[in-house]
Amino acid sequence: MFRGSLAWEGVSGLGLRTFIEGWPVYRQLTGTDPLGRGAAAKSDGSRALTARTEDADSVARSVCPYCAVGCGQRVFVKDGQVSQIEGDPDSPISRGRLCPKGSASKSLVTSPLRQTTVRYRRPYSTQWEDLELDTALDMIADRILAAREQTWEDVDTQGRPLNRTLGISSLGGATLDNEENYLIKKLFTAMGALQIENQARI
Amino acid sequence: MAEAHPVGFQWVMEAKRRGAKVFHVDPRFTRTSAVADEYLPIRAGTDIALLGGVVRYILDNELDFREYVLSYTNAATIVSEEFSDTEDGDGFFSGFDPETGTYVQDSWQYEGHEDSSGSGHTAQERDSAAGLTHESHGAPVGGQTRRDETLQHPRCVYQILKRHFARYTPEMVERVCGISQAQFLELARAWTANSGRDRTGMLIYSVGWTQHSVGVQYIRTGAIIQLLLGNMGRPGGGVMALRGHASIQGSTDIPTLFNLLPGYLPMPHHAEHPSFDEWVDSIRHPGQKGFWGNARSFAASLLKAYWGDAATPENDFCYGYLPRLTGDHGTYQQVLNMIDGKIKGYFLLGQNPAVGSAHGRAQRLGMANLDWLVVRDLFMIESATFWQNGPEVATGEIVPEECRTEVFFLPAASHVEKEGTFTQTQRLLQWREKAVEPPGDARSELWFFYHLGRKLREKLADSTLPRDRALLDLTWDYPTHGPHAEPSAEAVLREINGYDVATGRPLSGFAEARADGSTAIGCWIYSGVYADGVNQAARRKSRHEQDWVAAEWGWAWPANRRILYNRASADPDGNPWSERKRYVWWDAEKAEWTGYDVPDFEKTKPPSYRPPVGASGPEGIAGDDPFVMQGDGKGWLYAPSGVLDGPLPTHYEPVESPVRNPLYGQQANPTRKMYAHPVNSVNPSPPQEHAQVFPYVFTVSRLTEHHTAGAMSRTVSPLAELQPEMFVEVSPALAGEVGLTHLGWAHLVSGRAVIEAKVLVTDRLTPLRVDGRIIHQVWLPYHFGFEGLVTGDSANDLFGISLDPNVLIQESKVGTCDVRPGRRPTGPALLDLVADYQRRAGIVPGQHAPAVTTDNEGKEHGAS
Amino acid sequence: MLPDPNSLYGPLDPAPDAGYENAPPRMGFFTDTSVCIGCKACEVACKEWNGVPESGLDLLGMSYDNTGALTANSWRHVAFIEQPRPAGHGAVPADVLGAPVDAGPARPVDAGPQFLGMPGGQPPGRGTGVEERTDFRWLMMSDVCKHCTHAACLDVCPTGSLFRTEFGTVVVQEDICNGCGYCISACPYGVIDQRKDDGRAWKCTLCYDRLGAGMTPACAQACPTESIQYGPLDELRERAAARVATLHDRGVPEARLYGHDPNDGVGGDGAFFLLLDEPEVYGLPPDPIVTTRDLPKMWKRAGLAALAMAAATVAAFVGGSS
Repeated sequence: MFRGSLAWEGVSGLGLRTFIEGWPVYRQLTGTDPLGRGAAAKSDGSRALTARTEDADSVARSVCPYCAVGCGQRVFVKDGQVSQIEGDPDSPISRGRLCPKGSASKSLVTSPLRQTTVRYRRPYSTQWEDLELDTALDMIADRILAAREQTWEDVDTQGRPLNRTLGISSLGGATLDNEENYLIKKLFTAMGALQIENQARI
Repeated sequence: MAEAHPVGFQWVMEAKRRGAKVFHVDPRFTRTSAVADEYLPIRAGTDIALLGGVVRYILDNELDFREYVLSYTNAATIVSEEFSDTEDGDGFFSGFDPETGTYVQDSWQYEGHEDSSGSGHTAQERDSAAGLTHESHGAPVGGQTRRDETLQHPRCVYQILKRHFARYTPEMVERVCGISQAQFLELARAWTANSGRDRTGMLIYSVGWTQHSVGVQYIRTGAIIQLLLGNMGRPGGGVMALRGHASIQGSTDIPTLFNLLPGYLPMPHHAEHPSFDEWVDSIRHPGQKGFWGNARSFAASLLKAYWGDAATPENDFCYGYLPRLTGDHGTYQQVLNMIDGKIKGYFLLGQNPAVGSAHGRAQRLGMANLDWLVVRDLFMIESATFWQNGPEVATGEIVPEECRTEVFFLPAASHVEKEGTFTQTQRLLQWREKAVEPPGDARSELWFFYHLGRKLREKLADSTLPRDRALLDLTWDYPTHGPHAEPSAEAVLREINGYDVATGRPLSGFAEARADGSTAIGCWIYSGVYADGVNQAARRKSRHEQDWVAAEWGWAWPANRRILYNRASADPDGNPWSERKRYVWWDAEKAEWTGYDVPDFEKTKPPSYRPPVGASGPEGIAGDDPFVMQGDGKGWLYAPSGVLDGPLPTHYEPVESPVRNPLYGQQANPTRKMYAHPVNSVNPSPPQEHAQVFPYVFTVSRLTEHHTAGAMSRTVSPLAELQPEMFVEVSPALAGEVGLTHLGWAHLVSGRAVIEAKVLVTDRLTPLRVDGRIIHQVWLPYHFGFEGLVTGDSANDLFGISLDPNVLIQESKVGTCDVRPGRRPTGPALLDLVADYQRRAGIVPGQHAPAVTTDNEGKEHGAS
Repeated sequence: MLPDPNSLYGPLDPAPDAGYENAPPRMGFFTDTSVCIGCKACEVACKEWNGVPESGLDLLGMSYDNTGALTANSWRHVAFIEQPRPAGHGAVPADVLGAPVDAGPARPVDAGPQFLGMPGGQPPGRGTGVEERTDFRWLMMSDVCKHCTHAACLDVCPTGSLFRTEFGTVVVQEDICNGCGYCISACPYGVIDQRKDDGRAWKCTLCYDRLGAGMTPACAQACPTESIQYGPLDELRERAAARVATLHDRGVPEARLYGHDPNDGVGGDGAFFLLLDEPEVYGLPPDPIVTTRDLPKMWKRAGLAALAMAAATVAAFVGGSS
């Protein structure tokens, strides 16, 4: 039985001898794989194959963003893009393993459904429109100041301090970093907004 | 656990491989049940009856670990003679005030301490979810207590416990929970047989326990068992909370919660805490024993971290800047206030309440009645598009052209596009390195809030208003880097750790905290995470290069301690209980505590230490008191303070139940938080009429393939395809009764909503015989919504809003409903169907049934 | 021609037979279904590493299996088998169970074990020996290409796209496959499959690229409970035998191995399994036989013809370029 491509394309780019030696049938006839099922059948693509984690530009040590087990992740980066995310075998928590969600982390962070631009919906509008990030930040800051202006409470009916606004609410997810939660609580507290909540309540 | 925490479950499988026996209790047969040794189907909402049965089994057969119980728990402590139990009050403890629906706790105290409960404000404590502040420390209990080491005194905790659970017999367990006596006894035997000197048993729970109107008491019951069996503070023991999100533990420690400041310091209350001293004293309880005695240092250091140079001892460290609570400002109260037009703006930070919170319709109607809404997320979630695609648009309740809410959607950075720490479920902080820049306009929350704060301060720079001082005096000068001026997360972590104000030196731990303004600490329990100027959370010493405790991987609070209260892993003399369970012990030669972990005890305090009379703070803790955060150094079988719905757990039916409480006249938790609001309602339960309108019990939880409200899984192709549609699991018997077909449609109706789902007929759901009746339970995943690659109706829409009194968490693990074949109606007809059910059930919007269901309405047990 | 009398049937170490001198030990999977929790991490980890596209968004109603089968777009497939208790058994009183409904696929039916020849073609678990059971079971199994010792897919492949690697595994070379589809019907397990959009054949490569780098295949690395174990096949077979013995000791007499035996119809699988029931229950053929067992007779003629053609071809080349 002879196996292998009988395609003729590309011959001109190769020396004849090279071509013939590279031809699976030749390898099959002369090598250790007379049936042409193994070594002789290995394609150029297969020979060049390598794990893409091997040529990553960098590896970040990370933690899975889903549940609270805290599985270690290694995030492989090639050309500024995430090329693979898998379990960190060094982790005493997870020993390199990941569940389906953790295993899907690359698809999560590279999902085509991710929104990457600011979207804005005017009151009473039926559609989204675009907005510059800095403009959005500025508008939000103005709205915070307006809400404080409208709803600020200095003292209660007995003159005891309140120092607050009940016009602003916040509900955070529990995938926020500690450092983020710290700044969120610090800033909201300083602006007198106390209706600050989190998934941790839910 | 296999279902929602599969990788954590590897350790259960590891234990199983080594001979451990695994019991799984759940209303439905899950992937955990599939590999457990025993599966116990339970009626949703009856866990206290089951666990109470185990407590009774232990006490009746004297199977408690007596030496541990005597030395380390409050079993011997004598309780006030004013106390009366639910057994004598038809479901009420002494001290109930029907006016407020809360307890005055004086009569619950230890004998001689009746006046020290700090009670009298239990309604306010409920509104401020005060139970949460006890997460890391005990509630107040002062001075010396009277004990009976023989455990025979009729008012010692041991005897009270015995009487309290005397009727929680195997027969009663079967009658309440639907668990056969044989199965119950097998569980009880295995649990007790695998606890003691040589063996420990572990209890694992998740939100299946917390999302109840009696959720805190579920966990209390588990803790009582683990204390009785000597399973606390020891390797292989404990009560393990499996939390559901990457840093939900961190979100509680450094809270974005209305009632807490970092490190479980309470937000001040306008009436209770008018001054810094009163605020601090309410935390440290002057004269009390235990480590909370240093609370003043923690509080002063936090304010110093917030307001820097402006915070001085003379101005009480700017204590006056803190906003004050006046009541319940929790997320559910907020949503009702939104519907009522009281709230202007709402921030959603990686959270999707339109799907993930109870009563989705209320959530969406609330959001449709704001001035503005800021949504920061990776994906276009339901909470950002409710005005366009929500179910209320289909019913005509939200008309886009009439909805005034201005919506800002700002894309967020993913976990690989920013650096920072998550705190996982065992209090371990792990630093994440940043792998890539976030795409487009995507930014971290750190970036958003830092720059928002910068803008606010710029805009207010010329303000002379007193209310703006707190913003202007705030320390807000974090270094930034990179193309987007990303603030340094390490600089923030350093502030969280705390530093010496004069030198900037990072503190090595909270013992260095000072109350004189010389230290600044952002979160005292995290102090030490940046010890020696090193990011300890970033440590990644391979598990292959260290012992099984793996102390050099990440950093656990407090003080990198991996098992809390680990002094209890040694006997009162400081020796290991057994070689097999050796963990932390007293080294007499070196005169110090040592072991595999950081000892949870003063390092050189010998086991023989006895405090001088009148000692307070840490000095008041004896050498054999392992529970060092508790005022008496003991594990609390009986909680004289701190738990608002009673010193002992009691079985109450869920707020919505088809069953009359078989144990007491009081049907449900009388202290639960209820909201009488037109949008909210509760399906009738016995002894009310019309309970049969909603004859079936439904429960919801997670699938392995999805994550919470679905924003991080229904948007991800390899996950979405694995569970592509909303479905409801029903038993073959119920399918026959209702006329459901496999893969056909069903719709489920509650007093709030009607949702539809595909039907999976499966024997994994089983009807239960409860109190002589057959109870059918159905199960739903709660991941679905109307955006993403795969969509479906949201299970959380079915729930109303009723909360646990201690922590204000909603009862969203159990409710009642009707189940009907076919698809639900659409448009206005959908509202008509719900209205028809409300009418038949006698539900009047804006009213809720009385909380008290005993004939005497609880008055005999009132405080007066 | 045949380097080994067992080149086509019977026990064989396939890599040396396929021309690899100093081949590394044969590597494979041992999938222990007794610890599988059905999380499907293997399915996802495989797709993430190998860039396997979505395979459909349909609720199949086959318990928690919405993948359905091993296909070109699903190289790992977790089967879920619900085995209901027979009437009259178990903890639930008969009156609670109510009248039987014929709605669910998970209902007991009378038929005994039978294999319909199309793995995954119907809900696994249907029509199996539940009458003997006294309890409800939920079996899960992560199925995968068996990497047969005698791989018919490889033997019938006319282009040399399918080949035996130095690790003894069987891999489709996507740069060679021309989509002829011969391999599809040759596979005794129904594993290999054509992708609709490009027509080529796809299946598990046992992460050939990772193996070359000394890494573990993506599915085995992810598996939380070590249900999927990767390693030298000899070691895995020893470990599997010990595991069966342990389970027998622990009162699980139904534990048995599948695909481990070098004397079976495919010469033993490179990916074999510990099962808790008959193979048919999981959608596996009970007695797979390599479909090319009788090929040698045919090869004698085909080989001669091919040799002649090759000689002519080379001659044409030489002639053409001179």
